Amino acid sequence: MDHLVLSMPGLLRGLGVTIMLGVVSFVLGFVLGGLITLARISRSPVLKATAIAYVSLLRGTPLLIQIMLVYFGLPQLGVRIAPIPSAILAFTLYSAAYLSENLRGGVLAIDQGQWEAADSMGMSHGRSLRRIIYPQALRVATPAIGGRFIALMKDTSLASVITVVELTRVAESTGSSSFRYVEAFVLAGAVYWLINAVLSIGQAILERRMGRAYT
Amino acid sequence: MIDTVAIDVRGLHKRFGRHEVLKSVDLTVRSGEVVAVMGPSGAGKTTLMRCLNLLEEPDAGTITVHGRTVDCTSPRRTRHRSRVIRDIRTRTAMVFQNYNLFPHLTVLENVIEAPISVRRLPRSYAVEIGDRLLGRLGLTDKRDEYPSRLSGGQLQRVAIARALAMDPEVILFDEPVSALDLELGAEILHIMKNLTARGITMVIVTHEIAFAREVADRVVFMDAGYILEEQHPSVFFSNPATPRARSFLRLVSEGDGSPPELERTN
Ligand SMILES: Nc1ncnc2c1ncn2[C@@H]1O[C@H](COP(=O)(O)OP(=O)(O)OP(=O)(O)O)[C@@H](O)[C@H]1O
Ligand SMILES: [Mg+2]
Repeated sequence: MDHLVLSMPGLLRGLGVTIMLGVVSFVLGFVLGGLITLARISRSPVLKATAIAYVSLLRGTPLLIQIMLVYFGLPQLGVRIAPIPSAILAFTLYSAAYLSENLRGGVLAIDQGQWEAADSMGMSHGRSLRRIIYPQALRVATPAIGGRFIALMKDTSLASVITVVELTRVAESTGSSSFRYVEAFVLAGAVYWLINAVLSIGQAILERRMGRAYT
Repeated sequence: MIDTVAIDVRGLHKRFGRHEVLKSVDLTVRSGEVVAVMGPSGAGKTTLMRCLNLLEEPDAGTITVHGRTVDCTSPRRTRHRSRVIRDIRTRTAMVFQNYNLFPHLTVLENVIEAPISVRRLPRSYAVEIGDRLLGRLGLTDKRDEYPSRLSGGQLQRVAIARALAMDPEVILFDEPVSALDLELGAEILHIMKNLTARGITMVIVTHEIAFAREVADRVVFMDAGYILEEQHPSVFFSNPATPRARSFLRLVSEGDGSPPELERTN
């Protein structure tokens, strides 16, 4: 393997790009997902319908098609975006759909009495959400959200099709130049597994802490 | 404050689907008055309390709290209407039967949340008020605990502190001791009795005859969505006017303090 790692000088750089894609898209997707959740549970029918349609479309179509639409489709409309930002945009939009559903699940899991207690003291809808509901919902949704992050880490390999030189793309090019596809892809696969093994441990710790009552 | 009206309810109707739970309720509560609401299970007592705080939207009628009126017959979501509702809620505090404390906030944070976000008090001032209330209710050593660490009686005291921190003109209690054992319940009732001395208007759903007799200025007896009687406790408990109230009182005094199920005779 040592030999192979040496023959894949781009490996570390590819790994860096993969992690960057995952982390940046997740953070942005989380923010966007939070906004979509707000729209989804708002009293405005228009906002609500928009959020439902968004989630349905992004969850109902292949991620690969969304990536291609951003990278190849937008230029047709006069918007040209470099590969990495394209990938980040696509992953963000996609994760936001899932994360908003996770967050909504968390919000729905919170006892109605929490809303009522806040309402009964005259707290505004937004304030109740921010101070009372969201903090509790986030905790409920932590396992699902952690799972999303891990899934996204693997999904970033799709960025290779739009020429982003991340882990998968590095493996592919190393494989094709050395004809050692098996070693290259096995190594890349092992690295993904390693990343996610670490994330899973982190998630387990987080869940254990979050699973306890507030003390 | 001579005889100002704290709460005025006119022609209140509330239905859940086809089930009409409140059928034209009229009720006036004067400032500083303590009203005990009694009645069999399903009479609509909880629903009435929730309507007073607009947690339920009545289908018809008007609710006036300290001069602010919500007309429920025209349920339009106007900006003005939401403001009146929030205004009413800010002036009335509700103590829920199951407390509904915020589990992710400490005792003190529970108490100061709304004073800061609704009354817009500076944090340091809210903390001062909070600490004073917690002291009064014997919760000083629980100040920084989370609700999960507290007993039922302590939770109820936090709920009362949280309500008082809003400096409300009216406090609504829905069966404040029904979830507690006798001893803790007596402690809460004692605290509530002390509150009456402070001139806060209180509406209390309760089945505690001794408490109502001692503390209430008036007993409101509800059954099947109507207020059947309003009497001074001394009259109500010794000589109720309606047969329904008579059979209710017989059941309560025999029972374990839980809301009795009156058999429908009509
Ligand atoms: N959200 C709801 N949806 C449907 N029906 C409801 C709802 N809330 C209350 N009801 C019904 O309304 C009636 C009155 O309920 P309410 O809780 O006001 O009675 P109560 O007098 O407080 O009784 P208890 O002494 O048992 O607490 C009951 O028949 C109840 O089933
Ligand atoms: Mg009730």
